[in-house]
Amino acid sequence: MSEKNHRTHERLATTLGWASLGLGVAQLAAPGAISRLSGLDDSPWAGKAIRLVGIRELLHAAALLGTRRPAPMTWTRVAGDAMDLTMLGRAMANRDGPRRRRVAAASAAVAGITLADMYTAMRANRPMPGAGPEPITNLRASITVNRPRQEVYRFWRSLENLPRFMIHLESVETIGGGYSHWKVRGPAHKVIEWDAEIVEDREEQLIAWRSIEGATVRNSGWVRFTDAPGGRGTEVRVRIDYEAPAGKLGLAFARLLGEHPEQQVRDDLRRFKQVMETGEVTRSEGSPEGTRAQRQLFQRPAQPVR
Amino acid sequence: MKANCWMGRNTVEVQEVPDPRILNPRDAIVRITSSAICGSDLHLYDGYIPTMKKGDVLGHEFMGEVVEVGPRVSTLRVGDRVVVPFPIACGDCLACAHGMYSVCENSNPNAGLAEKLMGHAPAGIFGYSHMLGGYPGGQAQYARVPYADFGPIKIEDDLPDEQVLFLSDIFPTGWMGAEMCDIKPGDVIAVWGAGPVGQFAVASAYLLGAERVICIDRFPYRLDIAARAGAETLDYEEVDVLDALRDLTAGRGPDACIDAVGMEAHYPVPAIQAYDRAKQATRMETDRPYALREAILACRNGGTVSVIGVYGGLVDKFPMGSFMNRSLTMKTGQCHVQRYLEPLLNKIREGAIDPSFVISHHLPLEEAPRGYEMFKNKENHCNKVVLRPWA
Ligand SMILES: NC(=O)c1ccc[n+]([C@@H]2O[C@H](COP(=O)([O-])OP(=O)(O)OC[C@H]3O[C@@H](n4cnc5c(N)ncnc54)[C@H](O)[C@@H]3O)[C@@H](O)[C@H]2O)c1
Ligand SMILES: [Zn+2]
Ligand SMILES: [Zn+2]
Repeated sequence: MSEKNHRTHERLATTLGWASLGLGVAQLAAPGAISRLSGLDDSPWAGKAIRLVGIRELLHAAALLGTRRPAPMTWTRVAGDAMDLTMLGRAMANRDGPRRRRVAAASAAVAGITLADMYTAMRANRPMPGAGPEPITNLRASITVNRPRQEVYRFWRSLENLPRFMIHLESVETIGGGYSHWKVRGPAHKVIEWDAEIVEDREEQLIAWRSIEGATVRNSGWVRFTDAPGGRGTEVRVRIDYEAPAGKLGLAFARLLGEHPEQQVRDDLRRFKQVMETGEVTRSEGSPEGTRAQRQLFQRPAQPVR
Repeated sequence: MKANCWMGRNTVEVQEVPDPRILNPRDAIVRITSSAICGSDLHLYDGYIPTMKKGDVLGHEFMGEVVEVGPRVSTLRVGDRVVVPFPIACGDCLACAHGMYSVCENSNPNAGLAEKLMGHAPAGIFGYSHMLGGYPGGQAQYARVPYADFGPIKIEDDLPDEQVLFLSDIFPTGWMGAEMCDIKPGDVIAVWGAGPVGQFAVASAYLLGAERVICIDRFPYRLDIAARAGAETLDYEEVDVLDALRDLTAGRGPDACIDAVGMEAHYPVPAIQAYDRAKQATRMETDRPYALREAILACRNGGTVSVIGVYGGLVDKFPMGSFMNRSLTMKTGQCHVQRYLEPLLNKIREGAIDPSFVISHHLPLEEAPRGYEMFKNKENHCNKVVLRPWA
């Protein structure tokens, strides 16, 4: 597929993402009106089902709008469309008169959307020219911290501080000579550990590290500090590359980073900023652990934590 | 403790929930003595703000007594009487450093969620959806107040709750609405919405030197309160607002227009009301922006449109051509309350204004559901409800 064609499909995918956002918000906020419009308002389950579909649409929106290459994500929408069509098909079977007509109209609309979704997803799944397998994942994120560069650098350079804002890290222990020992607690209490060395350390500018030979999860990265313009503090840019191995530990690691690893790095930086600027990680009762991608999708109610 | 919880569209329920506890060193716990219901609560109640969850404790206008402080709070002591600003702000980020407290960069732990919808995230707000933080609100007996060493203002005089409670939101909000109009001698200001926010905008515009203030609504009892604050009034069901404003200003149009209505505006022509309601219901637009459309069209060339009414998402038929070709300016925002606490408390002390003029009802917290219904439907001349959590 040509580069131009490719961009067209990404654009279509992004448009579908916006449509999901609109639909999702609608279904969450006004399930009554939606079920009336689609002729389902006589069923006591319609409200609940439509709200669930709404949540699904929001997840689609997040997936489509939140990634740089949204087209492959369109397959999640195709699956969703199939689900809607089944639901509507079943609904049509039990209805007659104007209600049946409304259900039919809704089904036709969904079928149209399915076609658009299928088209985008299928085009996207053709491999890009020259794109081989991608064993190494790289993540980037950046944030501006309203503190002097020296202070920001120092805090990061004391690697023991990292677990205060990197939520998956259990501990980092410096063991001298630029070496450190990293511990991560994965799902099912599986502990993943490795040693890393600092390969470059430019005072107040850059810290680069790399896992040493034989680590379960080969990884490397750097963090760069520059002055933000006009006294706006310090710009912090991070890049992390990792190569998750095959096998159980690799799987645990992948699961740890979840579906939105980039979002997780961004969340880490947000917590870093909170700690640097306010001295604490911001917590609400809906997100008592603080900023966390997973928690944002599955909020506690905004009620005091027991 | 008892708390008023959102239980789905048009339903609130007073429930027994756990007492709040300190989660962070800069937190304080406040025993709430007075708590109000706001027009913004109605947007949540009516289900127009996304990311609400059943069980969410509502309320963002409250005051009370400090009963516990975290180890890093040195500015407050147990026993202090405080008013709590509704936007949660850290005081340390760049936004806070510039006085833009309602867009504090640190107080919203769910910033990622809000970014998806808005591009960048605003601050956390008490009792105001999960997109804005997932914080329990103050229509309850107690609340946890984050960054308590920065936000709340101590009230040391014996001013009663009724006079200082509205420092938490609507007095500063009305004030900011008028301040954004950049009022010059001779200016005529028009205010859409004679709710408590519009009423404070009227009073503030005069305090800031407006020559005349015109207030627009359809409820005579609310227009009467605005008139007592000095406004000339227009009932939009009786007159054509654009014509009337042109007339009152001899063709110029008001120098600045304040939208104190927001996303659930009502429109006197049923067909158009139905059109926007349908679009809103299907989320082809999330907001019904009549007041905003009218404010733009009415404003004089080169004037300012000040938007303090709350919008949630997308609006349709936005008169961009009128706005651009006539060199208008728009200023907006959730109120940066922390900015106005001291100066407005001083105005109250000096007797320049007594904010209690907006109160129509006092109710015990248990009757919050009735309060919401009355306030939403404008029954019993309901203008502003104050809840008493311990009555
Ligand atoms: N920016 C902020 O920080 C902030 C703070 C508090 C409240 N608010 C917002 O301010 C708005 C008003 O709050 P309130 O407590 O006064 O609410 P309210 O519901 O008591 O008042 C709204 C008034 O607007 C009137 N209205 C409706 N449609 C109109 C129209 N087309 N033209 C003129 N008037 C119309 C209603 O009749 C009502 O009297 C709400 O949107 C609320 O969310 C914003
Ligand atoms: Zn309010
Ligand atoms: Zn801040």
